[in-house]
Amino acid sequence: MTHRHVPVLTTTLAAVLGGAAPAAHAAWTLNMTPGITEISRRVYSIHMLMFWWSVAIAVFVFGWMIWSLVRYRKSAGAVPDTKLVHNTKAEVIWTVIPVVILVSMAIPAARTLIDMEDASGTELTIRITGYQWKWQYEYVKDGVSYFSTLDRDSDATRALQSGLDPFKVDHYLLNVDHPLVVPADTKVRLLISAQDVIHSWWVPALAIKKDAIPGYINEAWFKIDADKTGLYRGQCAELCGRDHGFMPIVVDVRSKADFAAWLKAQHAAAVPTATAAVASVATPAG
Amino acid sequence: MANTEHAATHGHHEHAPRGIWRWLSTTNHKDIGTLYLVFSGIMFFVGGSMAMLIRAELFKPGLQFLDPAFFNSMTTVHALVMVFGAVMPAFVGLANWMIPMQIGAPDMALPRMNNFSFWILPFAFTLLILTLFLPGGAPASGWTLYPPLVLQGGDSLPLAIFAIHLMGASSIMGAINVIVTIMNMRAPGMTLLRMPIFVWTWLITAYLLIAVMPVLAGAVTMLLTDHFFGTSFFNAAGGGDPVLFQHLFWFFGHPEVYIMILPAFGVISEIVPTFSRKPLFGYEAMVYATASIAFLSFIVWAHHMFTVGMPLAGEMFFMLSTMLISIPTGVKVFNWCTTMWKGSISFEPPMLFAIAFLFLFTIGGFSGLMLAMAPADFQYQDTYFVVAHFHYVLVPGAVFGIMAAVYYWLPKWTGHMYDMTLAKWHFWLSTIFVNVLFFPQHFLGLAGMPRRIPDYSTQFADWNMVSSLGGFAFGLSQLLFPYVIWKCVRGGAKAADRAWEGAHGLEWELPSPAPYHSWEEAPSAAIIARGAEH
Repeated sequence: MTHRHVPVLTTTLAAVLGGAAPAAHAAWTLNMTPGITEISRRVYSIHMLMFWWSVAIAVFVFGWMIWSLVRYRKSAGAVPDTKLVHNTKAEVIWTVIPVVILVSMAIPAARTLIDMEDASGTELTIRITGYQWKWQYEYVKDGVSYFSTLDRDSDATRALQSGLDPFKVDHYLLNVDHPLVVPADTKVRLLISAQDVIHSWWVPALAIKKDAIPGYINEAWFKIDADKTGLYRGQCAELCGRDHGFMPIVVDVRSKADFAAWLKAQHAAAVPTATAAVASVATPAG
Repeated sequence: MANTEHAATHGHHEHAPRGIWRWLSTTNHKDIGTLYLVFSGIMFFVGGSMAMLIRAELFKPGLQFLDPAFFNSMTTVHALVMVFGAVMPAFVGLANWMIPMQIGAPDMALPRMNNFSFWILPFAFTLLILTLFLPGGAPASGWTLYPPLVLQGGDSLPLAIFAIHLMGASSIMGAINVIVTIMNMRAPGMTLLRMPIFVWTWLITAYLLIAVMPVLAGAVTMLLTDHFFGTSFFNAAGGGDPVLFQHLFWFFGHPEVYIMILPAFGVISEIVPTFSRKPLFGYEAMVYATASIAFLSFIVWAHHMFTVGMPLAGEMFFMLSTMLISIPTGVKVFNWCTTMWKGSISFEPPMLFAIAFLFLFTIGGFSGLMLAMAPADFQYQDTYFVVAHFHYVLVPGAVFGIMAAVYYWLPKWTGHMYDMTLAKWHFWLSTIFVNVLFFPQHFLGLAGMPRRIPDYSTQFADWNMVSSLGGFAFGLSQLLFPYVIWKCVRGGAKAADRAWEGAHGLEWELPSPAPYHSWEEAPSAAIIARGAEH
């Protein structure tokens, strides 16, 4: 909480105006991030569309109620109009107008939903498996596979009454030992499953949240903008037992060339174990 | 009043046992209504204490008080206690007290079953709460009880499932009683479309209960056989399907949300006209809107499961059907607004709670509409945004509805007016702090905080602290509620038969306090006509 210098009001205004893309540590964050893919930005715009419609309807309905409460209060001598019990025209209007508004919301939402489910033409497939309480990432065609768990600093600090200060830990509870490394500007397919109980793989910047369910393989995909390399963080989003709060996700987005080099190095490291016919768990250098 | 004289001639009714045996053996709808309401109040504070523990742990990052497994038990048991122990029994209590008086019936149709359906509940909740002290602790899978996680639970699983079976049996019996009473015991002349809206909402709610409680019972029984008898309904390794449970659970779970809110709609539809001194606008539209909401509640359940990986057609159907619910709900809100429009409004405690309901439930409706949009829901699902949403519809929605009802009918029940000043304090503190408690949770969810986590990253610290402070203040404010009620039961200014100037309905034609047996002789056509000025 070292960021208290910014007045709350300014932050509120900035975020309410919809332009705020909060940094990872921004305090008093109010809104969702637009994310780093075309889909995530469309999701964000649907979210903002719904938000502004809600505000508009709230201004109308709450305004109407407040007006009635003030104008027609008994203490101001209001006399009730007890004959006002039915008005077909009004009732038709306030049924039809919401229908029109709903249709205007449903169209962009349906289009986005259809595009989100279109996983054709992907260039790379990564299998993600949830365990209590870690993630496994497998680059299916390259024989590269590793586990990703909560980093040591967070793990020590999160012990009950550890006496350690979470504010001194780098990305407390949102840091892992081995991030998921992915290329930018590439359509990547995720195949998501679980080994024990249901988990959910969620990275807000990708607008992907997909349950990892034993016995199921769920599909998701993303294509990150070429210029959005860097680290993006998420968490398990389905209660999966005692340490549900402690299995974060970090996605390390690299340029196509950097990713290819990284994958090659991982592959080379993994080959000896592969020839020994042992299920390989390589430790990535990243 | 005619019926007080009538009661005197039937003096044998007055030889009811006294003391504890009166309450154990009672078949009187008013006694049983009181039992339900008192039980609900106790559960409200039990579940509330658990919420206080949760908010204490979430006050700042790091684990200070609770082991994560115990934290999960707290969220699970808090939800089960509040849903099945606080909200649902409160509405059954209100139904017991009010439905016979409002339709001109002497009692509920099935008084012995009425007694039985109440007295199951203390045993059910004793079982559930005792699981906290078992080795391995109480269920920690969330109230949704998703397998395979719930099957990892220890000795608590069969006890919790048995407790849920008992609660379900109690609810079904209560619902049968409501339907039989309304269908058979209305006074002559009390046609269906003359019934008070509260009775209508309860009739529809009772059908929902009968339709879905057996589905829950079936689903949890399948959990039981999966755990103990080697079946594989939900076990993928045995050819089963973990997602099947979610479909069954939410086929129960979505109508369940309306079970908790429709009677509150009924209460608000009684209170707003009374204190606007004007009949309810669009009475028939209100009835049809309630019925539409109930019908739609059966075909939207998978919007709780958008992230499980449904086919596109499924996601599309459940998104669009869910959006439809906002139409009848909108009709209700507009009708309430128009009821106040051109009225003569006064601000007694029941009306204050009803007004807060109108504003804050509508906010819960907005976030509900946002959650209906499947692409955006992928971002909201299982975050604090959802927690904020359902607490807005359940606390300033259902719970404020219950409080409004208690403040509305308390003079009729006790014969005394209550302390208006204290009740207004209760209202203002509750309304301010419920927002401090839950509004920041929208921000937390949008910023990326998942629900059901005992500890969080430092970027979520600020709003969690605000939310916790709001939670403690809200929790403390609630202590005023039983105090106001207790004071009112003990004494106070004599309440008039028609305790509120603008009140209509048969209950206000009875003396205050309502006699132990009311309407043993059906009300006259003139009384019914006067009461039916909705």
